[in-house]
Amino acid sequence: MSAAPVLKVEHLTMRFGGLTAVSELSFDAGRREITALIGPNGAGKTTLFNCITGFYKPTVGRLLLTHSDGETFLLERLPEFRIAKEARVARTFQNVRLFAGMTLLENLIVAQHNKLMAASGFTVLGLLGSPSYARTERSAIDKARYWLDRVGLTDRADDPAGALPYGAQRRLEVARAMCTDPVLLCLDEPAAGLNNRESAELNGFLRAIRDEHGISILLIEHDMGVVMEISDRIVVLDYGIKIADGAPAEVRNDPSVIAAYLGVSDEEALTPQAERM
Amino acid sequence: MEYFVQQLINGITLGSIYGLIAIGYTMVYGIIGMINFAHGDIFMVGAFLSLIAFLVLVAFGITAVPLALLIVLLVSMALTALYGWTVERIAYRPLRHSFRLAPLISAIGMSIVLQNYVQIAQGARVKPLPPLVQGGYTLFEGNNFAVRLSNIQIIVVVSTILLMAGFSYVVARTRLGRNMRACEQDLKMAALVGINVDRTISLTFVIGAALAAVAGLMFLLYYGVVDFFIGFLAGVKAFTAAVLGGIGSLPGAMIGGILIGLIETMWSAYFSIEYKDVAAFAILIIVLIFLPTGLLGRPEVEKV
Amino acid sequence: MSDPSPTPSADHPAGERDDLLAALKEAVVAAAIAFGLFALLIGIRTEQGPSGALVIVTRFGALAGFVAAAFVGRFIFAIARHRFTVPANFIVLPAIRKSAAAFSPYFALALLIFALLVPILFYRNNYLLDLAILIVTYIMLGFGLNIVVGLAGLLDLGYVAFYAVGAYSYALIAQDFGLSFWVCLPLAGIFAAFAGLLLGFPVLRLRGDYLAIVTLGFGEIIRLVLLNWQNLTGGPNGISGIPRPSFFGLPFNSSAHGFAATFGLHYSPTHRVVFLYYLILALALVTNWVTLRLRRLPIGRAWEALREDEIACRALGINTTTTKLTAFAMGAMFGGFAGAFFATRQSFISPESFTFSESALVLAIVVLGGMGSQLGVVLAATVMLGGFELFREFDQYRMLVFGAAMVAIVIYRPRGLVATRTPSVSLRQRKDIPADIVRGARTESPA
Repeated sequence: MSAAPVLKVEHLTMRFGGLTAVSELSFDAGRREITALIGPNGAGKTTLFNCITGFYKPTVGRLLLTHSDGETFLLERLPEFRIAKEARVARTFQNVRLFAGMTLLENLIVAQHNKLMAASGFTVLGLLGSPSYARTERSAIDKARYWLDRVGLTDRADDPAGALPYGAQRRLEVARAMCTDPVLLCLDEPAAGLNNRESAELNGFLRAIRDEHGISILLIEHDMGVVMEISDRIVVLDYGIKIADGAPAEVRNDPSVIAAYLGVSDEEALTPQAERM
Repeated sequence: MEYFVQQLINGITLGSIYGLIAIGYTMVYGIIGMINFAHGDIFMVGAFLSLIAFLVLVAFGITAVPLALLIVLLVSMALTALYGWTVERIAYRPLRHSFRLAPLISAIGMSIVLQNYVQIAQGARVKPLPPLVQGGYTLFEGNNFAVRLSNIQIIVVVSTILLMAGFSYVVARTRLGRNMRACEQDLKMAALVGINVDRTISLTFVIGAALAAVAGLMFLLYYGVVDFFIGFLAGVKAFTAAVLGGIGSLPGAMIGGILIGLIETMWSAYFSIEYKDVAAFAILIIVLIFLPTGLLGRPEVEKV
Repeated sequence: MSDPSPTPSADHPAGERDDLLAALKEAVVAAAIAFGLFALLIGIRTEQGPSGALVIVTRFGALAGFVAAAFVGRFIFAIARHRFTVPANFIVLPAIRKSAAAFSPYFALALLIFALLVPILFYRNNYLLDLAILIVTYIMLGFGLNIVVGLAGLLDLGYVAFYAVGAYSYALIAQDFGLSFWVCLPLAGIFAAFAGLLLGFPVLRLRGDYLAIVTLGFGEIIRLVLLNWQNLTGGPNGISGIPRPSFFGLPFNSSAHGFAATFGLHYSPTHRVVFLYYLILALALVTNWVTLRLRRLPIGRAWEALREDEIACRALGINTTTTKLTAFAMGAMFGGFAGAFFATRQSFISPESFTFSESALVLAIVVLGGMGSQLGVVLAATVMLGGFELFREFDQYRMLVFGAAMVAIVIYRPRGLVATRTPSVSLRQRKDIPADIVRGARTESPA
C-alpha cells in the first residue's frame, strides 16, 4: 500500500491566450481522503478538474497520480480516455452529462465498456455468443444494480435518463462514475440544487464511498455545509491561485479565505460562514 | 507569368460568385445552425429569373444594356428573395424546434422540388444567352499571351465588393444586424429581450437569397448559359467555401469563396481540368485536419 | 381527425363577417405571393427558337390557374382554421406510438414472412420482382448507413462512396481474377471498409456540420475519380460484362449444365431474378442480424453513447477515435456488400449510378424511418421507393412530388416513422424511449 498521496499537483499553470485561469498551483490529495476545492466563481476550480481529467492540456506543471500498488501516471501527458481507463480517474460534470436517450441501466453498463469490450474479444467473441461474455455482462449488470441501489434509483432503472428530475440525474452521474471502479473520483458540485435533507444523504454517501470502497475523492463544492462536514482537507482557490490549504478547522478561520469570499473588513470576518448556515 | 495573372483574374471572378452564394449559407448556419441545402438551387432560380427577365425586357424593346441590367438585377433580387422567404416559411420554420437532422432532410427535399420545378417549367435543356456585356481591357502582354480583364469581370468583382461592404455595414451598424448577431449568439435570449426572432430569421434567408440572385445574374452574364442543374455543384462548392472560411464568419465566406475559385481555376489551368472539383474538396479536407473550425472559424473550446 | 368545435362566431354575424374578411385578406396575400413566385417562371417559358436563340412563350393561363389556386386554397384554409380547432398532433401520436410498440415484434415477423414469400406471390411479374430487389437493396443500404448516422450519430452525406467502391472493386476483381461471387463479395466489403477508414481519419475531430460537408466531398471525390480514371474504371463508359451470378456454380442459362436442367425445371429467366432476390434478402437479413447483435454488445452501446454525449464517453474511458472508426468501417462494409450485389445484378456499372442523390436518398430513408430503428428503415424504403414507382406514369412530376413528399413527411413526423428507441438491455421491463429524448445526429456541439 503506497504511502504517497493519490494525486500530487505540482506547479500547475493553465493559460488560455491572455487569460491565466490557474497559476502555480500545488497541492496533494490524500489517499482514501476527501479533498475539497473551494473558492469563488471563476477561481479556476473546474479548469483544474479539466486538467486533471485530461480535457485541457496544462500549460505548465505536473499531475502525478499514484495507485495503491505504487504504479504512477503523469496525467498531463495522457488523453482523457486513458486517464479514465488506465489511471482510473472518474469525474462528474458541472452541467450533468448523461446519455439522455438511454436508460439508467444502459448508462451504467456503458461505464463498464472497457471491461466488457475485453470480455467480448473486441466484439468477435460476443458476436459468436461466447458464454464468458455472457457471464461478464451479467456481472456488469449486477454491479450496475448495486450502484443503482446505493443511490436509490433502482425503481427507475429502465427509464430514460433524460426523464429524471435534476437531483436524480446528479446521483445517477455519480453512480455511473463509480461503475468505472475509479481510484480517484472527481465530483464537480455534486450538491448543487440539493436541499438540506438531500445534502445530508450525499454526505453519508460520499463518506461511505471513501470508507467502504477506499476511493479517494476530489470535490468542487460551494455548499459549505457539505464541505465542512465531510472534507478531510480543503484547498481554497481565488483567481487561480491557492490561498489556503489545510484541515477544515484551519481553513474556516483563515482570514484570507474569508476575505476572498466576503471581501469585508476584519471585524465582520469573525463569524465563520459554516455556522451561519 | 502572364498566364498566371490571367488565371488569377479568372479565379477571383469565379471566387466572387462563390463567395456571394457562400454568404447565404454561412448566415443561415450562424443564426439557426442548419445547412440550407436548397440554397444552391435558390441561386439557380435567381439565374433563371435573370434570364427570363432579360428576355422579357428585350421583347418590350428595352435593349440599353445598363438600364436592362439594373432592372433585371432588381427584379431578380426581389423575386429570388421571395423564393427564399417562401422556402423558409414552408419547409424550415415548422421544424425550427425539432431535432437537428429534420431541417436537413426538409432542405434536401426542397432542393429536389426546386430543381424539378424549374426543369418542368422551363424544360430540361441548357439555356443560352447571347453575351450582353462585351469588351474589356488588355492589361499587359508578354510571351505571346495577352492578359485580359473583361468588363464583365470588373462588374462581378466590383458588385461583390460593394455588396460585401454594404452587408458588413448592415451587420455591424444597423438594428437588423444587431438582431441577427443576437440571434446567432442565443436564440432564446434574443426572443426574451423582445427581438422578433421569426422576422429576423426570415430576413436572414431573404438577404441570403438576394445575394444568391446577384450571383445568379453574374453567373449568367459570365458564362452565358444556365441549366437547372447548376445549383447543385455551385451550391456544394459554395458550402465548401463557407466551411473552409469558417462557418458563421462573413469574411470567412468571402475568403473561402475566393480561395475555392482560385484553386479551381489554377488547378484546371496547370494540372487537369477533370479533377478540379476534386482539388477543391481535397484542399478543404486538408485544411480541416489542421484547423477543425476552418480558416476564420471561432476555435471551439468546448465547455466541459 | 379534427375535432369540430364551432366557434362562437357562428352566432354573431358581425364576427362571422370579420372572419370572412380576415380569410379574404390572407387569400389575397397568398395570391400575391403566388403571383410573384410564378409570374416569370411559369407565366413565361423560354424555348429554343428557329435561329437557336431563345424565344419567349407566354403561359398566362397556367399562371392565372396557379394564382387562383393559391387564392382559393388559402381562403378555404383560413376559414377552416377559424371554424375547426385542429388538435395538436399529440392526441394522435401517443395512440400510434403505443400500438407501434405493442405490434412491433409481430409486425416485423409478418413483414419477414411476406418478404420471404414475395417471389412466390409475384412469380409471373418480373416488374414487381425487380422492384422488390430494388427496395431490398436500399433497405440494406439503409441498414448500413443506420450504423453511422442512426446509432453513432455521425452525419455522413457521402455514403454512396462505399456503395461505389464495393461495386467497382467487385467488378474489377470478378472480371480480372475470375473468382466466384462468394469470394469477391467479402473482398469488396473489405475494400469498402478500408475506404470507410480512409474517410474516418480526417473527420475524427470535426463537428457535425463540418463532418457533413467533408463526407459529401468524399462522395464526390470518389465519383469524380471513377469518372476520370479511365484506365482503371473505364471512365464514363463504366464496366460492363460483369459476371452474372450463378447458383453456386450452376449458371442460370438453358444449357444442360444449367440451373434449370440440373433441377429438372423448364428454363426461365425468372430463375435468376428470384435467386437475386433471395440473395439480396439474405444479405439484408444478415446485416440486420449483425446490427441488432452489435447494439447489445459494448461496441454498439458505445456508438449510441457517442451519439448522446461524446465528452461523457471520453470521461468514461471510451476511446472515441476507435469507436468512430469502427462505425465508419462497419457502415462502409455493408455498403460495399450492397455495391457488390448491385454490380452482379446489373452486370454493368457506371459512375452515373453513384451520385449525391443516392446518398441523399439513403439518408432520407434512415431519417424518415426513425434514427437507429431497423424496422423504420424497412418501412421508409418501402414507402419511398414503392411510392415512387407507383407514380411511374407521372414521369417528370414524379421527382417533384417525391421531394415535396419528403418535406411533408419530415414536417409531420420529424422523428421518423418509428419514433421510439428500444433499450438494448433492461433490468425488469423493456420500455421504449420516445424519440424526443434521444439525441439525434447533431450538427452543433453542446455549449
